[in-house]
Amino acid sequence: MNQTAPQSKISWQLLFTLLMFAFMYVPILILAVYSFNESRFSASWTGFSLKWYASLLQDSRLLSSLRDTLFVGCFAVSISAGLGTMMAVGLFKYRFPGKSLYRGMSYLPLIIPDIAIAVATLVFLVSIGLSRSIWTIIAAHIVFCLAYIAVVVSTRLSSLNPHLEEAALDLGATPTQAFIKVLLPELMPAILSGCLLAFVLSMDDLLISSFTAGEGANTLPMEIFSRVRTGVKPDINALSVVLILFSGVLAFTAEYLRYQSDRKKLS
Amino acid sequence: MSQTVMQNRRSEIETQPDVELRKVFKVFNGETAVRGIDLDIRKGEFFSILGPSGCGKTTTLRLIAGFEEPTGGEVLICGQSMNGVPAHQRPVNTVFQSYALFGHLTVWDNVAFGLRLKKCSHADVQQRVSEALTLVKMDSLSRRFPAQLSGGQQQRVALARALINRPPVVLLDEPLGALDLKLRKEMQVELSNLHQKLGVTFVLVTHDQEEALSLSDRIAVMNGGRVEQIGTPSEIYESPLTPFVADFIGDTNLFQGKIDQSYSALLNVVTHKGLKISVCPQDSWNGSHGGDVVVSVRPEKIQLGSQTDGMTHAPKTRDPMNCYEGRLKHIMYLGTHVHYVVELLTGENLTVLQPNRPESRIDLYTPVQVYWSAADCLALTP
Repeated sequence: MNQTAPQSKISWQLLFTLLMFAFMYVPILILAVYSFNESRFSASWTGFSLKWYASLLQDSRLLSSLRDTLFVGCFAVSISAGLGTMMAVGLFKYRFPGKSLYRGMSYLPLIIPDIAIAVATLVFLVSIGLSRSIWTIIAAHIVFCLAYIAVVVSTRLSSLNPHLEEAALDLGATPTQAFIKVLLPELMPAILSGCLLAFVLSMDDLLISSFTAGEGANTLPMEIFSRVRTGVKPDINALSVVLILFSGVLAFTAEYLRYQSDRKKLS
Repeated sequence: MSQTVMQNRRSEIETQPDVELRKVFKVFNGETAVRGIDLDIRKGEFFSILGPSGCGKTTTLRLIAGFEEPTGGEVLICGQSMNGVPAHQRPVNTVFQSYALFGHLTVWDNVAFGLRLKKCSHADVQQRVSEALTLVKMDSLSRRFPAQLSGGQQQRVALARALINRPPVVLLDEPLGALDLKLRKEMQVELSNLHQKLGVTFVLVTHDQEEALSLSDRIAVMNGGRVEQIGTPSEIYESPLTPFVADFIGDTNLFQGKIDQSYSALLNVVTHKGLKISVCPQDSWNGSHGGDVVVSVRPEKIQLGSQTDGMTHAPKTRDPMNCYEGRLKHIMYLGTHVHYVVELLTGENLTVLQPNRPESRIDLYTPVQVYWSAADCLALTP
């Protein structure tokens, strides 16, 4: 009797949770619904249509900014993956004077506001007289991608058995073999999830990109931002839905991979 | 003629120790962990390094394995100096305290790791891995990942992985420390069987004196970065050379005092609190009259009687008996034995261990008599 009573009526916790979810997801839901609206104006619903999705595919400006975004993200993330992993491993393994200062400085980009990084990078580029291009965006993105990947990898490192590398050496592996055959595979899940996180952040970045972008370089967030300044058009609604779905699939894939590797180990 | 030369050489090789440490020092950031250790570990021996935590025993093992380089001195394995030789080129394999199994590899691949590095042929790898897994009774679980195994199973895999390269010396760093008591006993038996079957040298680091006593051919007791004593388990237990060894291996009662009178086969010792003890010194004793001495008596060597009994139960021996009056201060029931604490009239506390017999039950706070033979004491240099 006592046990069934709380289930029969709606608790305030449940109400609160539902309210929270509504707060977070109703705007997105409305956006998704209006992306199928035939009318140019969001205010009225005139009928179901896919024409805004079709117009996306014909919008060459939009497609080229998408290409730029993906290029910047992939390039910055793959360089950061290598550097960030080495940084985390180096900070974990070696003792050297000024190590904690070094560690603090390498993780600083995580706390510094984007606008500060953006302005600082711009001032720096101007002062050394480097002309801005897509490569300067990539360089600026590496700064924060590196820090994110290093943080995720070093978390994994500190939960690993500290003797793994020694065990490999003990069995006859050279230090290089021990790194490639033991440490790297053990770190791979963390490196991948760090990369996904960094990629999403790079894709999302508007501030740093717009300050460091040069002639001809135009990322998707920059393009969207320049369009909504003159009012939200339904094709932007459609684009947003595509982006949300894309990141949803990305997150799901990452989660699925993690689940698979856990199941392999624990079933 | 040449045959005898050959035989001489062979016996020389056989008597050559597998692992030698010559005046080995290790300093970490100004702190000395190992202070001049000399060890000879014989071929095929089950050798234990025993000591409390922080005594430098694990550092000693890591110096042999090559994970640390000595600050001073020399490590030799199979007669070869190992100074400057990195861990992956040393002919030893290690079983780590936390097993350190490779989580991304199956049991099979963990064990095969060492062979694959040596570029062994596929058939050879198959055969040797399955042999090693059978040896540790893990052949049925070879497709599992380490996270799917219990602690004892992981322990077996770690053993198989260390044995697969057929090293002349296997180093074991507190391998049973993480297992529960029952499993630990089982694994002790298996370790001992494995050692007998394989005939390779085992070097075990442990803080568990019972484990060291039951498994080892010889034990080195370490304290504060030094080796206090090296000997067989019975030598270490029966004739400890220092008060630390006497206290660390098993229980003991230690009395600090001075030598009052010394005869050829008997010492009269007066403790700081005024207790007079007769001691038959062991052959190695070389203390002099008036010198400081520590007397050690094992709790199980002490007899206990209620005052009315007197010494009626005392065995008639030629050796003089030490007999004192006291008061029973504490009783701890241990099942097979009963553990007593007796406060002597001089104020010293004495631990006594007696077999649990119903007729020998004595009440708390009653006056008692304790007695032990002078031959059951040890005189140690403090």
